[in-house]
Amino acid sequence: MMDLLNALLVIILVMNLFSLGTSRILSVIRIVAAQGVLLGIIPLLLRERPGFPELVAAAVAIVLKGIVIPGVMTRALRDAQIKKEVTPLIGLLPSIILGALATTLALLFSNSLAMAPSQGGTLIVPAAFATILVGFIILTTRVKAISQAVGYLVLENGIFIFGLLLVDAMPLVVEMGVLLDLFVGIFVIAIIVKHINRAFSSTDTDRLVSLKE
Amino acid sequence: MSLELVLAAMALAISSAAAALVLPRASSKAQGFSAILMVSSMISGLAGAMMRLFGHADSLCGFPWQAAGGSAIGLDALSAFFLVPIFLIGGLGSVYGMGYWRRERHPRSARPLEVFWGLLVAGLCLLVIARHAMAFLLGWEVMALSAFFLVITEDFRHESRRAGFIYIIGTHIGILVLFAFFVLWRKATGSYSLMPIAGETIALGTMGALFLLALVGFGIKAGLMPLHFWLPGAHASAPSHVSAMLSGVVLKMGVYGLLRFLSLIEDPPAIWGVLILALGAASCVLGVVFALGQHDMKRLLAYHSVENIGIIFMGMGLALMGRSSGDPALIVLGLAGCLLHVWNHSLFKSLLFFGAGSVLHAAHTRETDRLGGLAKAMPWTAATFLVGAVAICGLPPLNGFVSELFIYFGLFGGLTRGGAGVSIVPVAAPLLAVTGALALACFVKVYGAVFLGLPRSPAARQAEEATLSMRFPMVILALACVLIGVAPGLTVLPLDEAIAPWKVAGGARLPSLASLVPLDALGGFALLLAVLCAFLFLVFAGKDRSRAVKGSWDCGYAQPTPRMQYTASSFAQSIVGLFSWALRQRVKRMPIKESFPRAASMQSHVDDAVLDGILIPAFRRLEGLSSWFRRFQQGLAQDYILFIFITVFLLLSTLLPVKDILARIFAR
Repeated sequence: MMDLLNALLVIILVMNLFSLGTSRILSVIRIVAAQGVLLGIIPLLLRERPGFPELVAAAVAIVLKGIVIPGVMTRALRDAQIKKEVTPLIGLLPSIILGALATTLALLFSNSLAMAPSQGGTLIVPAAFATILVGFIILTTRVKAISQAVGYLVLENGIFIFGLLLVDAMPLVVEMGVLLDLFVGIFVIAIIVKHINRAFSSTDTDRLVSLKE
Repeated sequence: MSLELVLAAMALAISSAAAALVLPRASSKAQGFSAILMVSSMISGLAGAMMRLFGHADSLCGFPWQAAGGSAIGLDALSAFFLVPIFLIGGLGSVYGMGYWRRERHPRSARPLEVFWGLLVAGLCLLVIARHAMAFLLGWEVMALSAFFLVITEDFRHESRRAGFIYIIGTHIGILVLFAFFVLWRKATGSYSLMPIAGETIALGTMGALFLLALVGFGIKAGLMPLHFWLPGAHASAPSHVSAMLSGVVLKMGVYGLLRFLSLIEDPPAIWGVLILALGAASCVLGVVFALGQHDMKRLLAYHSVENIGIIFMGMGLALMGRSSGDPALIVLGLAGCLLHVWNHSLFKSLLFFGAGSVLHAAHTRETDRLGGLAKAMPWTAATFLVGAVAICGLPPLNGFVSELFIYFGLFGGLTRGGAGVSIVPVAAPLLAVTGALALACFVKVYGAVFLGLPRSPAARQAEEATLSMRFPMVILALACVLIGVAPGLTVLPLDEAIAPWKVAGGARLPSLASLVPLDALGGFALLLAVLCAFLFLVFAGKDRSRAVKGSWDCGYAQPTPRMQYTASSFAQSIVGLFSWALRQRVKRMPIKESFPRAASMQSHVDDAVLDGILIPAFRRLEGLSSWFRRFQQGLAQDYILFIFITVFLLLSTLLPVKDILARIFAR
């Protein structure tokens, strides 16, 4: 069971790097959606015998992160008629290197954190840190509004992984609340993308600088 | 029973706000409905407060809200005393608003105004009945925020927005200081509840810090002189009934807070009383001097609020001095003057703001030098404004005289009996007298320029009398001013009840106010004077009907124009000149040189000494100094996220086992 979990987490880490290294936004969205589906499965692995609430949580997470949110974002992408992140603030290769660096550092950080003995052998904490840091990197280096939404999604996935530590303590309601927040957030961003596109005839968020003060 | 009535009144005020929110936007019936709810709130609240003031026992009950941490609310005489103006002005103001801020004329802003009006009254009520820091601060913040939204009712005007910003900055500095105050209070007494505390349990230094924090926090709200900077702008640009509420009631919450705090301390150091008395005296004189320099009617009234708050603080200072030196008569006289002036000021200042509002409503300007002759067009407004003006100048037979008389009695009594801080009294008494004289000059200026003479502008010529719903509150307030003036004996019981908790530690009951001041003689004299005035008015009003109508003050010119009249500014100029060291009037004029001069003009303006003289330049400097930080604000979302990222990263880096790594590297 532990090996399977660690294997899945490693796949998630690889997906992080992949999402940093591609400029086609549609592929990034699909990768992040697949990541969401994997994350939805993980809670089922942590329990010996998953009960009904876990099943519901997993189903909702998979449907939202795997189908609904990517659907909304793909639609926004189509409406705004963009395909690629043309001018990221730093290039694709440097951002992959940054992501790898962040993953290494996350492993270093989590070694020095005091852990409960049951979590000792898993990659949960480093994977969570690494995913959060990658989310930050996407947020800070990408210019298109829709890429920013992807960044938030990755960031949330990291937080979700961290939440796996607390799977016994965290009530279902909290997890559902976080998902609802995320869904609403992405929905709003998708609408905003359309409006930014109309107002600035571009979806580059650096045009928003003119709104300063 | 009395507390239940007050709580019912609070619920009615909230339901008035809710009704205004949900009923249709442009319907005047909805406005009437929420005004009816406010008036029933007023009746219920006044009944509850009066029951407490005329003899019912104190009541206390828990505040059933977990988050507030075991709060309690209660009604004692001091709360009841301050509830009276809250509910009175709350109810009358909403009636006034029906005529002054009609929904048909202000479809966009009338509804928020009514909503926040109801919330303001409810917040004020909660603040006054709170017996715990949490409930108190909750009420305080509801009050501060709803007052902010009321001030910016006309948010499309730059002037209103600016006044609103300055107000919210001021009030939030105040509340931050109050947070510090309550935290320190908790540390010193071990609890957040507002219960009496014996002086010796708190260290002297802590006590001094508590006092200074309270003085600043509550002083900002009260508008004490160096802290009054938010007040003139907010009062001038708010709708007039909101100005009445701000000046008549909201300012008093600063006074209430300070009184509540001081009533909990049994033996205050003598210096506190002297400091408050000195600040009060400075506030009164400077307030009235700045009022004299104003051309805007409502700004002028706002500076008079500073003056009257000064008078209230003088009374408070006297009472504190009495408490420190164990002089019961001084406590009673000082506190009676302070409290009664709270009532009186809320009565006559609201009356004056309502009057100013009627003038503004009729003539569309607040500039005294563009008005004139309104007494003929607006007899009701003119008559009630006159009552308010006489009352605020502290002249008999009206209410202002009574409360100022208490303070004079206290000052002179303190002088003859001696005691702590007596050396300040010979300075304070003449200052109070000077204030009265200057206030009289100021209101002669306003009344003469606005209501007498000839109209100075076409708008003033076309002015019409205010509607019934605006006249009614003014008449009620004017009658209340006369009532307290001619029958001051009525106030003895409420005042005695409110003063009772201030008894000297271990001492006997405080003497009744009635045994210290000859109230019956005072009332009789005032009544006589009032009857005489009424008689003279009837005699003069009966005559002169046949005479031709001519311009007043036409000075024998062949073809006088209204613009040749004495203006308010020229009337006040001699006094403004005397105080030029404080006022720093800016005058712009084109000198007349030739024998046949061309058109010339002259302008004068008095800036606020604290706001325009100190605060704004200081903050401009600060802005200049901190411009370096601008480079971090580029408006790029990615940058801001990067800052968060860097912070998280640095925090995480503290986890890195740097020592181990270094040790490992250098061990090889």
